[in-house]
Amino acid sequence: MSRINSSLLSVLKKYSILFILIGLVLVISVLSGGVFLRITNLLNVLRQISVIGIISLGVTMVIITAGIDLSSGAIVAIVSVVVASLVQAPNAADRLFKGGQPWPVFSVLLIGLLIGALGGLINGGLIARFKIPPFVATLGMMTFARGWAFIYSQGRPRGSLIPQFEIIGQGSIFGIPNPAWVLLICVLITHVILKHTLWGRYTYALGSNIQAAIVSGINTNRYILLVYTYAGFLSAVASIVLTARIGSGQPGLGMSYELDAIAASVIGGTSLSGGIGSAGGALIGALIIGVMKNGLDILNVSADFQQVMRAIIIVVAVIIDVRKNIKRS
Amino acid sequence: MNQYVLEMIGIHKHFPGVHALKGVDLRVKPGTVHGVMGENGAGKSTLMKVAIGLYKADSGTIRFKGEEVSFNSIHEALQKGISMIHQELSPLPYMTVAQNIFLGREILNRFGLIDHKTIDREAGKILEELKINIPPTRIMGELSVAQMQLIEIAEAVSRNAELVIMDEPTSALTEKEVEHLFEIIHNLKARGVAVVYISHKMDEIFKITDEVSVYRDGELIDCRKTSELNRETLIKMMVGRSIDQFFQKGKAQIGETILEVEGLSRRGVFRDVSFTLKRGEILGFAGLVGAGRTEVMETLFGIYPKERGTIRIKGKVVEIRSPYDAIRSGMAFLTEDRKRSGLYLNLSVRDNIAIASLKEHLKGLLINHSQIRSICEQAVQTLSIKTPNLEQQVMFLSGGNQQKVLVSRWLATSPEILILDEPTRGIDVGAKAEIYKLMSSLAQEGKAIILVSSEMPEILAMSDRIVVMHEGEKIGELTRDEASPEKILHMATGEPLATFQGAH
Repeated sequence: MSRINSSLLSVLKKYSILFILIGLVLVISVLSGGVFLRITNLLNVLRQISVIGIISLGVTMVIITAGIDLSSGAIVAIVSVVVASLVQAPNAADRLFKGGQPWPVFSVLLIGLLIGALGGLINGGLIARFKIPPFVATLGMMTFARGWAFIYSQGRPRGSLIPQFEIIGQGSIFGIPNPAWVLLICVLITHVILKHTLWGRYTYALGSNIQAAIVSGINTNRYILLVYTYAGFLSAVASIVLTARIGSGQPGLGMSYELDAIAASVIGGTSLSGGIGSAGGALIGALIIGVMKNGLDILNVSADFQQVMRAIIIVVAVIIDVRKNIKRS
Repeated sequence: MNQYVLEMIGIHKHFPGVHALKGVDLRVKPGTVHGVMGENGAGKSTLMKVAIGLYKADSGTIRFKGEEVSFNSIHEALQKGISMIHQELSPLPYMTVAQNIFLGREILNRFGLIDHKTIDREAGKILEELKINIPPTRIMGELSVAQMQLIEIAEAVSRNAELVIMDEPTSALTEKEVEHLFEIIHNLKARGVAVVYISHKMDEIFKITDEVSVYRDGELIDCRKTSELNRETLIKMMVGRSIDQFFQKGKAQIGETILEVEGLSRRGVFRDVSFTLKRGEILGFAGLVGAGRTEVMETLFGIYPKERGTIRIKGKVVEIRSPYDAIRSGMAFLTEDRKRSGLYLNLSVRDNIAIASLKEHLKGLLINHSQIRSICEQAVQTLSIKTPNLEQQVMFLSGGNQQKVLVSRWLATSPEILILDEPTRGIDVGAKAEIYKLMSSLAQEGKAIILVSSEMPEILAMSDRIVVMHEGEKIGELTRDEASPEKILHMATGEPLATFQGAH
């Protein structure tokens, strides 16, 4: 109920997650004896978080509408196998289309992005037009897309991709890995959409109170459709980056990425009840997850135990965030 | 026997930057109804929250039945015997009335399972004692808001509450329901239960309370016997100024017809409603709750599709299929339920003001934030909206200020036709006066205004003409000079004007 200090509080609130990230970096740096802070390692962290980071941007927008998207990981998979199958080297042993030539990379990217966007569009359509709860609609899309990924690839990874494609995930510009550049660009675009366009402001409005949004003259269905389409599109971007980085398209790719993306988004301050969230927050959320994973790797913590620790840290971060909100209201 | 059931003495409460309660007293005698009045922001709600243990006072003494208490939670207060009936009810809609009443205190049988039969029987007893005619086995969700409220009161009684706090209990009730509520309150009194009754409605305060405490700016102005008070002194105590400045209706130039509605119908909701509206005019819509006034406005504004009828704006037929179309045709609609269909509670004051007019302030694809900012700053200034800054979440504003934010939202769309549905519901006297003043000056600027209101004095004082509706039909129309409370009431209950006049 503070009035005068509320702006100060909101600044603190806004950046508290950033403080958590900084604290985490400090702790891990000390524990790892400085290994964490080596440039090569930091770049590695960036590369590792880029995929979840990109997905979490779309997921953040979806959650701001008070929705949820469970289909991101499966969209990563379907886009991965389709894109990979079109850029396999002509002599690849596991080539899906025997005897064909690789397609031009540009058109392959376009196809991949379109598939992702289409998946999102179907999600949005089911939710906006047919009033199916987002959880159910995107759960359907999750199994649907995963199923198609296996059908299309005949259940096998498709590798030996042409170098012009792999460079998207493996190259770097000015010493920064390409996936990190892609992430950065996506963060900027999403930030501009959210803060500076009608689409973004309407997204907050309809997530905060859809009844009021309708009365305010907002075509809520159109913007819900747009948000889910964008989320699907970003999943496709993430898939292309990932497929290029590992040099193969795999139908099992992206398993449970949607949950990591949701976690990143929520750690970054997005409210599951809608109306609150930001691109910067999602980025920081992804960084917290990534830094933690990397740090635990360096400290030789076993993968099994890492899962447990991750769960604890995610829950603690959210508890801190929720408590802060309770105090304010 | 103590003289007071509840005594709060010298209560101080600070919030960061605000001294909300400045040493406030409240003394409630057992078996009485104690009115609590004051403008929003006067500290009433904060005081009540201290009483039920939701907030902790910084200093001061609270005695309940003579014993000094300091509640740490609502639960503790409930157990001691203080219940609060909230403005917004939160029943479990799929459970029965009895289950709701005994929620959290379920009676168990000897196997440790819930004994539904006994619960139903006990609930039935309480309902009967209070003369609330609702079977305990009814599903809560099927009840009206008024009935749910009665169930909450029954719950308080079943907990042997000795003090029941009611916060604006009648804001969603029809007149009949209000009378029933008052009967129940009398029953409570007869049982020795004290009631703290918070309301903005003068009539109710005079009708039901024995004593009134009036608060202003975090201080107790006075505590008096209701019988010693009249309307005028009460308003003076509340706002610190006199009643004459309350309804301000200036003379506006009535211009050409801007809106013509003909034969508007929506199946099962309202039929064949026709009216016209001129520039500079305030057209009142009177009627009982449920007469279909709000529904007519919602349809006019494109929220719901119409079944038949034509809408003409400035002589041209317009097809309004969505609120977007309505806004583009120059209409604005301040809805009756602020929280449900108006406010974006967790968004900022700025977003709340700008949302409906963002389209007018684009630079290419991007929003022109500096233009928006100056519009919002101006709105905050002209309507004197009390907010620390534009980024404040609107949920932290008082009801009156929230309403002003919504009014600003619509004014920012530069409408020619304003539909105001219960614009002063649940806001304090000071904010009310400001809204009236604003309506009047908007009319003088040549805007056409539709005022839907259930408050008789408001509609009589502000309207140039009054349409009266009854059960989904327009039953008649009165000019400002013809209108009187009696005429409107007769028509609202279903007597056409002709019959009424014939009867005299």
